[in-house]
Amino acid sequence: MVATQEKRTGQRLIGGPGILLVWLYGVMVVGAVSRSVYQIATEFDRAPLAYSLSALAGVVYGFITYTLVRGGERARRAARVCCAAELVGVLTVGTWTLVEPSAFPDATVWSDYGMGYLFIPVLLPLSALYWLRRARTA
Amino acid sequence: MLDVLTLVTGVAALLLAAWCGWAAYRDQPTKDWHFIGIAVVSALALIQLVVGVVQLARGEEPDQGTTIFVAYLLGAFACVPAAGFMSLAERTRWGSVTVAAGGVVLAVLEVRLYDIWGG
Repeated sequence: MVATQEKRTGQRLIGGPGILLVWLYGVMVVGAVSRSVYQIATEFDRAPLAYSLSALAGVVYGFITYTLVRGGERARRAARVCCAAELVGVLTVGTWTLVEPSAFPDATVWSDYGMGYLFIPVLLPLSALYWLRRARTA
Repeated sequence: MLDVLTLVTGVAALLLAAWCGWAAYRDQPTKDWHFIGIAVVSALALIQLVVGVVQLARGEEPDQGTTIFVAYLLGAFACVPAAGFMSLAERTRWGSVTVAAGGVVLAVLEVRLYDIWGG
């Protein structure tokens, strides 16, 4: 694994603090994807909007994890765009669940700014954006 | 039996997290002793997985459904070893931080497992 990373000309995005980001994103991928798969498969009609949003969150997390592991300048840019989108998503859905709880009979990953997940969903994109900014100059 | 195991695994996970957090604070990567700790916590999670499946096979039902219960058991089992392997690839303090984060995540999973089983 190390050898293939060194072969690439682009910079590694998973060195140092990056490894922690990959780990946390990996956890969120498993959490969001498995949760939404289960809920969509068994009780989609109860809260279609909430479950679809969880699935979307899972896809976004998966893509960011992939770009971080892949590394390089293009991946870095793609990851930045996705992290920004993720942040917007968390803030929008978080506010939405607070303003209009009736639209969400069941929680999503991003409900209440990710409170059910120790606020990791709102903290992750912030630290990832910071890290990806620094990775360019490093 | 399962409740005790859940408690022990959760506490062990938190201890591992504190230990690796201490290593990270002292700017050290994970060392052999840490990996023994990772192995112990992983073994606990594996025992928990086996005991959980045996309980299901005996016909006991988790409060919140069998699928969710098994999914969390598998997640709890995979959690700490995965973080351990990542710290093998990252021989800096950040490898230690990752294992510490893995311990915290496992502790949270144990709390959820307790709820799901209906202890």
